[in-house]
Amino acid sequence: MTRTITIDPVTRIEGHAKITLHLDEAGRLADARFHVVEYRGFETFCEGRPFTEMAGITARICGICPVSHLLAAAKTGDKLLAVQPPPAARKLRRLLNLAQLCQSHALSFFHLSSPDFLLGWESDPARRNVFGLMAADPDLARAGIRLRQFGQQVLELLGGRKIHSAWAVPGGVRTPLSAEAREWILERLPEAKATVATALQLYKQLLDGPLQREQSTFGDFPSLFMGLVGPGGRWECIDGLIRFIDSDGRIVADDLSEDDYASYLGEAVESWSYLKFPYYKPLGYPEGIYRVGPLARLNVCESIGSPWADAELAEFRQRSGTAESGGRIVTSSFAFHHARLVEIVACLEGIEQLVVDDSLMTDRIRARADLNANEAVGVSEAPRGTLFHHYCVDDDGLITRVNLIIATGQNNLAMNRTVAQIAREFITEPVADGAEIPEPLLNRVEAGIRCFDPCLSCSTHAAGQMPLHIELVDAGGRTLAERVRD
Amino acid sequence: MSVHTLTVDGVEVAVPEGASLLDAVRAAGVELPTLCHLDGLSPVGACRLCLVEMESSGHLQPACATAAGEGMAVLTQTPQLQHYRRMAVELFFAEGNHVCAFCVANGNCELQDVAVAVGMDHSRFPYQYPNRRVDASHPQFAIDHHRCILCTRCVRVCDEIEGAHVWDVANRGSECSIIAGLDQPWGEVQACTSCGKCVDVCPTGAIFRKDDTTGEKEANRERAGLLRSAREHHQWQNQ
Repeated sequence: MTRTITIDPVTRIEGHAKITLHLDEAGRLADARFHVVEYRGFETFCEGRPFTEMAGITARICGICPVSHLLAAAKTGDKLLAVQPPPAARKLRRLLNLAQLCQSHALSFFHLSSPDFLLGWESDPARRNVFGLMAADPDLARAGIRLRQFGQQVLELLGGRKIHSAWAVPGGVRTPLSAEAREWILERLPEAKATVATALQLYKQLLDGPLQREQSTFGDFPSLFMGLVGPGGRWECIDGLIRFIDSDGRIVADDLSEDDYASYLGEAVESWSYLKFPYYKPLGYPEGIYRVGPLARLNVCESIGSPWADAELAEFRQRSGTAESGGRIVTSSFAFHHARLVEIVACLEGIEQLVVDDSLMTDRIRARADLNANEAVGVSEAPRGTLFHHYCVDDDGLITRVNLIIATGQNNLAMNRTVAQIAREFITEPVADGAEIPEPLLNRVEAGIRCFDPCLSCSTHAAGQMPLHIELVDAGGRTLAERVRD
Repeated sequence: MSVHTLTVDGVEVAVPEGASLLDAVRAAGVELPTLCHLDGLSPVGACRLCLVEMESSGHLQPACATAAGEGMAVLTQTPQLQHYRRMAVELFFAEGNHVCAFCVANGNCELQDVAVAVGMDHSRFPYQYPNRRVDASHPQFAIDHHRCILCTRCVRVCDEIEGAHVWDVANRGSECSIIAGLDQPWGEVQACTSCGKCVDVCPTGAIFRKDDTTGEKEANRERAGLLRSAREHHQWQNQ
């Protein structure tokens, strides 16, 4: 009789989900699934609203990365007005997104994921969290929290508030950079850089030692990677065009416009999850599996464009790049963590370059126009990957159709494959009926999901928190073992 | 000019003949919440927030639409009045679809302000979630009926100050709504001069400029009173 192990809810991620491990007749692992069990329906209730409200509405999808929705909505709004925001506005939007990536990555690394590798997979789950980290290494915990605060504070200095600012608007932004904001950012940058340098050093030591097994078993498989790239294939977070690259380092598609996303992205649906399964259309479903986010952005780009970040990128590839790709492509999903740290470096250097630009202090920051198009697609690189907003409006500018393609959704196939790979690696013996699943194993399965730093609130545009639920199910669909953690 | 003397919460005040109870209450230094009332527009007594109690009879009267009379004594802050005011505000929220989070008037909304003033922290009435519409057919402005509280300021300012009479009130009960022209799309009403006074006087985010985004609406709610005083008394703001 086959069985299923359920992990429900999954903890230390944003949203609600569960994991089921399916056992075959002999009690061996047959399959694993990552289920997203929440639903919100933003795409429906946006209908009938003025498109000018979309930035405000969609930013409310998420409290972690409202900026990503704000920017995608503003960019879609630019196209509906058929205007190009003034150069200063584009730079200011970039500054906002760099701060957003920085704060979100700091949250993912320090608050959510580092307790696993700094405190240990086998450590007490009650203490395996940011509070346990504070007790074990107060200096690192404080520095991590202050790094996130740095990013959040930049968001507030630009947009007036840390969360759910409505600063980016169709045609540009509302206010320029102030002298006080510039001064504060420049004053705090050295501390932020020092924190990420410490984290990188610590993480590389762990990679050389205790994390080697995780690096090779946490979702290490070939797939496509997708992300925006700028001119010359440079790392990009807001402008640029879309590139797909495969695990061998071959550019599969390049210079793709977000306008044509429907021609290269398909969305499959499975009955057991509210989260859709996007795939690269030319390869079909599920062969068109691709990953987005920090790992994908580092894989698709040729360089980052700032000295320290480029040095870290080179080391990232040298350490983790596959032999098949000549060290060019990193395929382990565990490397998302390392990629986040490299991206924090890129963001801090990017902020440093931008913030001294006097043109950011001009009042020429917003283009105004009437509605000039009935359909538009906007794109931004969210912390978790490429985010698409697609709006159709009537002649009065009222929304008739919305489609949001969220980063976490695009990693859905990869997250499922990662869970299965980890479970196979760590459940090697047949599981007897009624047997208890060891907690460290369940934690590793969860941690596989956490590599992607999924934001399920965004991906289903849904509500809720993210506790953990793992279920062990037999071949007849009967739940054999279950573990629930709030 | 004759003067009426009356008491407001026991304080004696004198107001010129023709003044309203609301004028008298303000002369006594008491702030009463109002939504439908706007200086410069005729009173309608629609929102019931300025209700006061007549000490002699115990009757409740809208201060904005009741003339001040000699010897009157009114109370403005009885527990019953406070209860009714809060209830009226809760009903406004329950009756429409007011989502401050992304509203153009967030932070510059009189409905928000009175909710704070009357101490409303939630609605005790079930939200009706009415299925209303947005009319964005006008090239510059839009009206979002979800946010309309039927104060009729737009109706009055357009009729009494601009003289265009674009707006009216149609239907009854929960179906009651503001209409443009003969219930036409706003953009098709030839009487509209696109002056924007209705945008200025609207207390919420119901009428707004189309390129306003979240929290960007700037209303000029004094404009109606200034225009009336300019027209009737030849007193301009800059003199």
